[in-house]
Amino acid sequence: MLRLERVNKYFFRNSLDERWTIRNLTLQVQEGDFVTVVGSNGAGKTTLLNLISGAYFPDEGRIVIDELDVTELPTHRRALYLGRVFQNTSQGTAPSLTIEENLAIAYLKGKPKGIRMALNERMRAIFRDKLAEIGLGLEKRLKDRVGLLSGGQRQALALLMATLAKPKILLLDEHTANLDPKTAEIIMELTARLVGENHLTTLMVTHNLQDALSFGNRTLMMDEGEVVLDVAGEERKKMTIQELLERFTLLRHKKFAEDRVLLSSS
Amino acid sequence: MGAAVLALLMYRGYGALAGIVAACLAGALAGLFTGVLHTFSRIPALLSGILTMICLYSINLRVMGRPNISLSENLGHRTVFVLLRDAFPRVPEVYLRFIFLFLLVVLVKVMVDLFLQTEVGLSIRATGDNETLVATQGIDPNCMKLIGISLSNALVALAGAMFAQYQGFVDINMGIGMVISGLASVIVGEVLLRGRTIFMATLQVVLGSVVYRLATAIALNWGYNIGFKPYDLKLFTGLLVIVILSFPILKEKLGRVK
Repeated sequence: MLRLERVNKYFFRNSLDERWTIRNLTLQVQEGDFVTVVGSNGAGKTTLLNLISGAYFPDEGRIVIDELDVTELPTHRRALYLGRVFQNTSQGTAPSLTIEENLAIAYLKGKPKGIRMALNERMRAIFRDKLAEIGLGLEKRLKDRVGLLSGGQRQALALLMATLAKPKILLLDEHTANLDPKTAEIIMELTARLVGENHLTTLMVTHNLQDALSFGNRTLMMDEGEVVLDVAGEERKKMTIQELLERFTLLRHKKFAEDRVLLSSS
Repeated sequence: MGAAVLALLMYRGYGALAGIVAACLAGALAGLFTGVLHTFSRIPALLSGILTMICLYSINLRVMGRPNISLSENLGHRTVFVLLRDAFPRVPEVYLRFIFLFLLVVLVKVMVDLFLQTEVGLSIRATGDNETLVATQGIDPNCMKLIGISLSNALVALAGAMFAQYQGFVDINMGIGMVISGLASVIVGEVLLRGRTIFMATLQVVLGSVVYRLATAIALNWGYNIGFKPYDLKLFTGLLVIVILSFPILKEKLGRVK
């Protein structure tokens, strides 16, 4: 479904500040996989998602989605295959537009835009149903501006928008990191449900090691632009956070360092 | 640009309506140029606009062939206002002009309101709100910017063409300071009216520009009592915009002192 072939990405290339953020990364994700990605600060997790989504282009290597080489395609041209939710809760929605207008943008994804009214009653009925399924009461607030919603509500809406047009791959970039634990839990449940219902191939970056192991069917650990650990199946099912951290230390001869991980696992 | 193209066409003997249509097209083209500067060359939006305007100064001179052109009826030019007067000879001209311009503004407002609710209109608004989102939803933000800037500049040209006919002549300098006047009008509108729906936003713009023009007219007509001279007008406008733009920060700073 998704294939990265020997991808390299440098920042500030050929300058004193050059940073080699993604190093010879080769990755194959099967259809229906739910891959969780963990790693210390600056390991290249977000860069990886940015390369897949087209926000950055690789310096070397190829990115293939469903046998289509998308390496050179700008974000909006590969958007039909991808859905994305960001860590920043104001990035996944348009704050000055209403809930129904935001959903219309997602609903019309991949369709040519014309001089027709963007919204109609049939669409509103669909939106109401979809919002009712989330269970946050948003179905009664179609005409409210999204800027008025809480971070959790915005993130739920962003998830719905990312999955509405049934993309091939869903990219989640620490999408619960800015939420309080209770809301984060609700959003993770919603994530699991939407992924399951739509059979989405998913890549989720998270700092929560418990989430990384309990959701999905495969876990990648990244460090300095490389995938250093790739676990799935029985091995992963039995794995604990402690074991995961020990494996990392064994492999990299250093401690897995990320403030938020240390805090959340203590 | 709008006024210059209108003047050229009317000078060459075309009708007022043809002149208005051509003016709008020329305006859209100028907007497209600004848009390309902004999206392709990545020049900041306001600077792109200023660059286009400085280029247009020379282009307008070339279009007109000289610094000003009269649209006087005595020279055989039949502006829309002359056409109207002949169509409704019994209605006093002052009222006729007012009613016509009022209806035109309402028509343009309704059309803009409707357009902004279409698929393209919604995409343009979303681009202004959150460019990242728009791209991840499969819309090319640059394309939306180009459409938006072109259409808005067509409206600007329409305004220029109407104003030229209203005052009966075109002058190369009539556009100077118009950006700031426009900005002042929008700000005045936002201060006068609250509300964030499309209907309210366009109403703010319309009302703001009327109130702004009224304020300057009052200043010009009665300002001499307090020593206000016509040449103080630009200073007045500039200060007005500066005060209003600084207002939120001033309020915040003063609020903290208390």
